[in-house]
Amino acid sequence: MTTPPKPGEFYQRDRRWHPPALSQDYKTSVTRSPRLPLISLENTASEITGPVFGHKDIDPADNDLLRNFAKPGESPIGERIIVHGRVLDENARPVPNTLVEIWQANASGRYRHKKDTYLGALDPNFGGCGRTLTDAEGNYCFRTVKPGAYPWRNWVNDWRPAHIHVSVFGTGFAQRLITQLYFEGDPLIARCPIVNTIPDPAAVEMLIARMDMNATIPLDTIAYRFNIVLRGRRSTLFENRLEGN
Amino acid sequence: MGQKLEYLKETPSQTAGPYVHIGLAPGAAGFEIYEQELGWDMAGPNAKGEPIRVEGVVLDSTGAPVKDVLLEAWQANAEGVYAHPEHIGEVEDGFRGWGRVITDFETGEWGFDTVKPGPVTGRNGQMMAPHINLWIVARGINVGLNTRLYFEDEAEANAADPVINLIEWESRRQTLIARRCERGGQPVYRFDIRLQGDGETVFFDI
Ligand SMILES: [Fe+2]
Repeated sequence: MTTPPKPGEFYQRDRRWHPPALSQDYKTSVTRSPRLPLISLENTASEITGPVFGHKDIDPADNDLLRNFAKPGESPIGERIIVHGRVLDENARPVPNTLVEIWQANASGRYRHKKDTYLGALDPNFGGCGRTLTDAEGNYCFRTVKPGAYPWRNWVNDWRPAHIHVSVFGTGFAQRLITQLYFEGDPLIARCPIVNTIPDPAAVEMLIARMDMNATIPLDTIAYRFNIVLRGRRSTLFENRLEGN
Repeated sequence: MGQKLEYLKETPSQTAGPYVHIGLAPGAAGFEIYEQELGWDMAGPNAKGEPIRVEGVVLDSTGAPVKDVLLEAWQANAEGVYAHPEHIGEVEDGFRGWGRVITDFETGEWGFDTVKPGPVTGRNGQMMAPHINLWIVARGINVGLNTRLYFEDEAEANAADPVINLIEWESRRQTLIARRCERGGQPVYRFDIRLQGDGETVFFDI
């Protein structure tokens, strides 16, 4: 009997798939993008390990944005939606027990943030953040309202498509990822300078949640499905040069 | 064409935007929602080793502080052990070694309290000097930036560190060394991060 191969380093991150640091059309990136090349590092324990979270860290109700800030008996205004999916790695294996955090504007495109001064009204029953741990199969779900589009200062007339910000950990610090979820059919997606920092249209497709009628709750809540893929790890088929610990 | 490989592509990154606090540090955005926010207590109550504070500012290419940055830190304990099931060794009860901090909205200053990590065994058994791994996100940063903070008072270990020595330009290695001073008897390490231009910090593709 052979012993199963141990997981080794993470696959190299495909930097041509991710947005480059500098994108002229997203003006804020111009002064905040490193000009010198990144130094490529073969993974050590510092990159392969990462923080571990458990059910003591969060409350089970933290994933329900319809309830987690609303006054008792009240609920936020807006289209009620479920956002659900799986966290997988590049080997198509589930990533269990990993922390997923989201934040978003309310239905009028306004953030509950002391720096947001948009005209859209705050909703007294909507905070705008949630968090959860994936289950053993990598599944997660949130309940929320569909966020509104909002204008932002870039070119004079730029609008963000409706989006939810998503943060995911995985098992190693090298997998740490923040991204944004968009909604199928939104005409603002193609016009957005932030979306368009991503060079490959196939990569943008990965950020567009699909309406999922099978997960929709009749007479109650429309569902959207959004899978997240984190970096995968190579199998150390022949050698394991990552010695010591 | 041959057989098809069944790998998936990684989900592409997008900027954390200016309102990252709502999701990851809602208290700073101006509202209370969670029983406990994560990442404010890096080392826990039982951590051995030297208590330290780390402080700095993130500067853009014009030299202006970036005021909407969020940093995450990941470090081993004083024995060089990460709180992770794949890393052999024990950590103190309550030691996570992970922290999350935001900058002051007026000044751009950030800081966290922890213990100084020990040296960690690296590839091929080579020792890495004590270091804290940092991940930086903000509006205008399309993919989170990874860097490492090393300690000024570990000159000998730093000189032998295999990661520092990967950096071909010796002058650039200095951008990873935090400067030590004391305040009220406690060691404080200063680590300013320059995103672009003169003295640009070394960032890693990890
Ligand atoms: Fe946003």
